[in-house]
Amino acid sequence: MNYGPLLFLGILFTLASSWVGLVLMPNRQLGALTANTSTNDTGVVVVYPQPRHGEAQQGAEHYRSLGCVYCHSQQVRPEGFGSDIERGWGRRRTVSRDYLYDKPVMLGTSRTGPDLTNIGERQSSHDWHYSHLYNPQITSKGSVMPPYPFLFEKRRVPASGPSSDALKLSGEFAVEDGWEVVPRPQARQLVEYLRSLKTTVDLPEAPLPKAAAVEE
Amino acid sequence: MSSTNTLKALMPGDVQSDPARRAMLAEIDASCRVPVLFFVVSGLMWLLLGTLLALVASIKLHNPEFLAAWEWLTFGRVRPAHLNTVIYGFASQTGIGVTLWLMCRLCRVPFPAPGLTTVAALFWNLGLTIGVVGILVGDSTAIEWLELPRYSTPILFFSYALVAVWSVITFRLRRERHLYVSQWYLLAALLWFPWLYATAQIMLLIEPVRGVVQASVNWWFAHNVLGLWFTPIGLGAIYYFIPKVVGRPIHSYYLSVLGFWSLALFYNWNGLHHLIGGPMPAWMITVSVVASVMMLIPVITVAINHHFTMVGHFGKLRHSPTLRFIVFGAMAYTLTSLQGVANSLRSYSEIVHFTHHTVAHAHLGVYGFFTMVMFGSLYYIVPRITQREWPSLALISVHFWGCALGLILYVVPLSYGGILQGLGMNDASIPFLKVVEGTLPWLRIRTGAGLLLALGHVAFVVNLGWLLCRVFGPYRKPVVELFTETGTAAVTAK
Ligand code: HEC
Repeated sequence: MNYGPLLFLGILFTLASSWVGLVLMPNRQLGALTANTSTNDTGVVVVYPQPRHGEAQQGAEHYRSLGCVYCHSQQVRPEGFGSDIERGWGRRRTVSRDYLYDKPVMLGTSRTGPDLTNIGERQSSHDWHYSHLYNPQITSKGSVMPPYPFLFEKRRVPASGPSSDALKLSGEFAVEDGWEVVPRPQARQLVEYLRSLKTTVDLPEAPLPKAAAVEE
Repeated sequence: MSSTNTLKALMPGDVQSDPARRAMLAEIDASCRVPVLFFVVSGLMWLLLGTLLALVASIKLHNPEFLAAWEWLTFGRVRPAHLNTVIYGFASQTGIGVTLWLMCRLCRVPFPAPGLTTVAALFWNLGLTIGVVGILVGDSTAIEWLELPRYSTPILFFSYALVAVWSVITFRLRRERHLYVSQWYLLAALLWFPWLYATAQIMLLIEPVRGVVQASVNWWFAHNVLGLWFTPIGLGAIYYFIPKVVGRPIHSYYLSVLGFWSLALFYNWNGLHHLIGGPMPAWMITVSVVASVMMLIPVITVAINHHFTMVGHFGKLRHSPTLRFIVFGAMAYTLTSLQGVANSLRSYSEIVHFTHHTVAHAHLGVYGFFTMVMFGSLYYIVPRITQREWPSLALISVHFWGCALGLILYVVPLSYGGILQGLGMNDASIPFLKVVEGTLPWLRIRTGAGLLLALGHVAFVVNLGWLLCRVFGPYRKPVVELFTETGTAAVTAK
């Protein structure tokens, strides 16, 4: 193999093949995907998915910036493959269309923590999320999730009385009398994002299981 | 082929050792000194930083309270900062350093246009510094292997383009018409990387594609950084150094041709096995799984070629630090590749995909194979370009054993722990926190392993610093065999 040009061509051709196959082709096939319009049981027209706006979108930026993706996936594998559905991580598998508006798409490759595709349905309590983010040990003793104290502000209780969103901390987590811990805007936005994570809508390519749909 | 030509195809240009040829090699080596050292030394500085970040991340994973008050040191930032410093700071720069030297040696030209690569190295380090600080302050893109923020990657790309231009110049100037196997791999790596990096930057950072297409571009890119950038550089170096140090031609020329082209054909289709079970059309993943299994061809071919060249010469491992590291790397390559094939099978992936098993696998590849091969190469290259011998044999031993044992202690327990973790997660009757608890012992062992690796790195950097201080001292001819029977440095040149 002493012929330079042949080597060059071979090198370029081989990579070109998968560049077409795994980059351009998927882009052609999936890049044109659009939202799905359907009518639900009560006759309301549902367009799904919807782009995120406002606080939830700002929260997605914190999720990206704080690297939650290194411990949490956002993809539910199909029934019979792993136990994603049995664990309650989603009612149906996720499909390409679910991620239409995500930028970046954060499918994740690690489940040091549970999958969060459907956390908005599973856990909708603000209080739970705030306590958990402030220190996961409060809600989940033994967790290896990092505490995020910097998303909260520790301050004196205002003269008008404790703030409505102050964390209810007790035992070893309690703060001194006269002080309180309240979420900063980042925490608020992050929790709005988490609450927006739901795949509870039927799609033709990924229908919700019938039993669950009837229960609704 | 005449017998000389046959030998040329099998040995890195070492047919006879006449004085004129030696003088030419010495001249080439000397010309490489500054440009190669620039990349290598900056690479090693990033390695130290990357090791520190790795330790912090590793401790956090079993002691989440550790350094938890600082936003910029939160796990989700330290981990990508670690990955990017070791991949783009250490591995890529050291890899480029080794590649530059190999290219000059194999093309038989004194280092052309050293200014070009010096500018490249400066920009590479500048872009990376900006990028890593960017990750720590919160601008990470959260796209794995591409976390460096958008404002830093064009600087890296520009710098890389200069290296590519340099390699084309060097190739055109070559005085040796014969192309040795190592050169095929190096040229391929040098040309593949810019294509990969440009595609990923454009389609993910500059003008992001829609939805899950991002994921397919992401894994096409990330897996190919391993397969088409690090792997060919590492294999090219192994193909050069094993025959060089044992003084024997490689086992089979035809296997090396087969190994190269089958790698080129199949590796670049592998990436989407990272998305098994994911929300992608099935055909994409199936294609990648099939290509991953086809990787058995290049892996087994290369394994036969490397290991059979060594047969009968394992005794030399005792004397040559280069060979120790390189052979360790070659073995790790075989293992990590076979493990990679297994990981890409649906039934196995179902268990290990989202676990620490994958992390262990990645380290067996990037560290056990690539990093060890680079260390081995530097033990050979640095004395030749500085014309100084390594000052301390003890430090070489600490380096080797720290890294070798550290890596084994890293990979074996964590791979096993990862399988347990995966089995636990797939059994919905086990509470999630129980699964988390089960991973703790393996994560703690990993931190211990990290300390051993850190020890090895410090020993190496101290030895190198010491050697560089001696550049002003008396000249010592470099030798191939450092460790002799009595454990003292051999002074006779090979
Ligand atoms: C070091 C890994 C790690 C990181 C980083 C991490 N988590 Fe977690 N997370 C966990 C683990 C482990 C659990 C399970 C135990 C628990 O509830 O704390 C968890 C649980 C959760 C849960 C509850 C899930 C459920 O099913 O009840 C939410 C919500 C969550 N994490 C959000 C986040 C967010 C938001 C971030 C980023 C700011 C984040 N996590 C970063 C490891 C991590």
